[in-house]
Amino acid sequence: MSEELMQVQTEIGEEDGLSTILEIRSLHFHYGENPALKDINMKIYRNRITALIGPSGCGKSTFLRCLNRMNDLIPNTRVEGEVLLHGRNIYDRDIDPVRLRRNVGMVFQQPNPFPKSIYENVAYGPKMYGVRSRTALREVAEKSLQQAALWDEVAGRLQISALSLSGGQQQRLCIARTIAVEPEIILMDEPASALDPIATMKIEELMRHLAEAYTIIIVTHNMQQASRVSDYTAFFMVDENRSGYLVEYGKTQDIFIQPQNKQTEDYISGRFG
Amino acid sequence: MIGYTRRNVRTEMTRKAVLEAAGDNILLEKTKGHIFTGLCVAATLFGIVSLAALLVYVFRDAVGWLDWQFVTSTPSRFAEKAGVYPMIVGSTFVVALVAVFSLPLGVGAAVWLEEYARDNWMKRIIEMNIANLAGVPSIVYGLLGLGFFVSTLGLPHGIVLVGAFTLTLRVLPIVIVSSQEAIRAVPVSHRHASLGLGTTQWQMIRTVVLPESIPGIMTGTILALANAMGETAPLIMIGAATSIFTAPRGIFSSFSALPLQIYAWSDFPKQEFQHGVTPAAIIVLLIILLSMNGMAIYIRHRFRTKKS
Amino acid sequence: MKGKQLLNDLQKRPGRYLGENTMKGIFVACALLSIITTAGIVLVLVFDAADFFRNVSILEFLTRTRWSPTIKPTEFGVLPLISGTLTFTFCTALIALPVGLLAAIFLSEYAGDRVRGFIKPALEVLAGIPTVVYGYFALVYITPLLRKILPGISTFNVLSASIVVAIMIIPTVASISEDAMRAVPNSLRLAGYGLGVTKFQVSTTIVLPAALSGIISSFILGISRAIGETMAVTIAAGNLSRIVNPLKPAEAFLEPIQTMTAAMVEIGTSDVTGDSVAYKSLFAIGLTLFLLTLVLNIISQFIKARYREKYE
Repeated sequence: MSEELMQVQTEIGEEDGLSTILEIRSLHFHYGENPALKDINMKIYRNRITALIGPSGCGKSTFLRCLNRMNDLIPNTRVEGEVLLHGRNIYDRDIDPVRLRRNVGMVFQQPNPFPKSIYENVAYGPKMYGVRSRTALREVAEKSLQQAALWDEVAGRLQISALSLSGGQQQRLCIARTIAVEPEIILMDEPASALDPIATMKIEELMRHLAEAYTIIIVTHNMQQASRVSDYTAFFMVDENRSGYLVEYGKTQDIFIQPQNKQTEDYISGRFG
Repeated sequence: MIGYTRRNVRTEMTRKAVLEAAGDNILLEKTKGHIFTGLCVAATLFGIVSLAALLVYVFRDAVGWLDWQFVTSTPSRFAEKAGVYPMIVGSTFVVALVAVFSLPLGVGAAVWLEEYARDNWMKRIIEMNIANLAGVPSIVYGLLGLGFFVSTLGLPHGIVLVGAFTLTLRVLPIVIVSSQEAIRAVPVSHRHASLGLGTTQWQMIRTVVLPESIPGIMTGTILALANAMGETAPLIMIGAATSIFTAPRGIFSSFSALPLQIYAWSDFPKQEFQHGVTPAAIIVLLIILLSMNGMAIYIRHRFRTKKS
Repeated sequence: MKGKQLLNDLQKRPGRYLGENTMKGIFVACALLSIITTAGIVLVLVFDAADFFRNVSILEFLTRTRWSPTIKPTEFGVLPLISGTLTFTFCTALIALPVGLLAAIFLSEYAGDRVRGFIKPALEVLAGIPTVVYGYFALVYITPLLRKILPGISTFNVLSASIVVAIMIIPTVASISEDAMRAVPNSLRLAGYGLGVTKFQVSTTIVLPAALSGIISSFILGISRAIGETMAVTIAAGNLSRIVNPLKPAEAFLEPIQTMTAAMVEIGTSDVTGDSVAYKSLFAIGLTLFLLTLVLNIISQFIKARYREKYE
């Protein structure tokens, strides 16, 4: 099954002249004794938005966290298989997760700005990396806020607490904070699910702009959002053992208009989920 | 690097370049992290290891001096004859009285705060006041005892009753707070079950809340009493003797306590005292405290497993 | 007929609630005892201190630089005592606050549940040892040890007492700071890790600043306890009242000193008569000490309350 998928994906890749930035091979993930993810095989293409959809509990977020090794922070977890970033397995012994996360950033479901000023939030990453010059930091902050479509709303108020912003603004601030360190890939775990429709719209618009510079992988439970925003969609399901597996993966239009798999079709037409 | 000409014309640097220019500080940060972790562990163990070492020293010195004769004799200038019997009696007597006084007063206050008081400014002031009293240095309680019980009420200096009154006031905040916690832990459903059957509030407290919170109250009170056992400064202020030859006979007798004798003996520079008698007295005090704490922990465990 | 009887039964009866109200009254009285205690402390201190100030002017008390209540020529300048208390407190805080904070960071950010289950009770033991015993340890075990490293140290000195009192208050600082740090939402740490930042950086640049108000509150509490500390400093730091020269730390920490609390013990154990000025001076110092710790405790509560709404 997975071999067929791999073949389909390679074909896609060859079609569009895309380059693969991440390749997931036979990924299995365990929380203690429980198999949470089963034999995932996927390719993620550079500068594209890839959406991960599926019913809740099917391991989409767990899978996302495998891509920047955030699951390492949870005790008693085990990973099998490979995640190749530019051809190198990120789970290799000699790969430093800290360094990895500088390259693969993450935006969380609940906006989590630090209880500091707007400026300090955005400048946090570069500062921690050793950038000393105040001017450089201010420039980085400005550029990041602009790219995150927040600059117009906060310019001149950078010293105020990040917590005084609205939910949508806070999330955009978190995005600004993430892109301030120039990762190659941005992982987004249901970034708009805690926001109102207008804020959601702004985030979706933002994503399309960001895809020009970054590769985005987004987990969403909102199918319409996936079809609006993404170039590629991966549909996950959970089996009787409560393990998540990849059912279908392809171009978003294909998945939504002409899914190959009956389960995909059922999910998309709302027969369950 | 960022280029900066004198006239403030900046060369635009991409974010990437800025970050690259800063170099790779991961190794540095990780090294800092390792050193820091080491410091944290050292800090955590500092107190524990130091105390353990001190306890070993004092125990070693006390060996040979701590025997039945020591516990049954009266103090003396001669090390071989010295003992702490009157102090043991004095300490026990005073702390027993403190228990008798502080339990009803402390539990009473806790009952009012948790069961009767409405959540208004009065309750808040009383709770704030209790928190403040917990932070008052114990020597000030000694001044209160001296100025009120001795001077105003005219009670004699340094008698058991005055010592007990003073220490009661000192430990009352602790008893109140731990009783409050124990009472609060009783589930609301139990209270409602009782009231639903038509009992009055006091009946409910008497038959449901208090019985269920007794273990917690006991634990808290025993810990407070252990505190009282180690108190020295307030007793000095109310005129308790730092050394005495007779054990107190009644509440109006003069008394001395273990910590007071330790204080008095700490002045004796003779080797047999400094590294013999005084350590023995300290060990006696620590053994008493250990038993009290052990009792409290036992009660806490026994009734915790009973519930579940 | 039956209905009317039922209604009668349901009516409140005067006698029934007498017991209730009596009990309630008893409980209120118990609660009010705490207010009476505070009032008692204030009244005793103020009245007896006022008595003292009838003989010795407040000006003399606050500005003269010699404290000699019993030895002629008697002088009642409180500055040396305040200097003594501040020096001792400073030295103690210098040890206890950083050590307590680092221990708190360890317990909150690095230690697993099992380790914490061991260490926390062990730390509580440190707080449970009577200060008399600590004073004795300082005099008899620590000073000789220190003498090997600092040969010029005198038998009675500030440093030994500070070390033991620091050991005693480390649990307080550590536990309150640890609570403050554990209250920091984990989402903030995850945000930090997600940015590719080390655990050390997350602990010191995210968690610590977020928990700052609780940490400061714990510091103030620790300082307040050091100020009120009596027996350890009386036994181990001697009874030499002097004004400390802040520019000469060796002299400050390696020599004996007299704190406000030690001065009170000295008067309390000497043979002054109940109506002498020296006796009354006890209450003047007591009042000063009480006000000092009261202010600190109020500030600590204020800081804790004010920054509690930080995350919302």
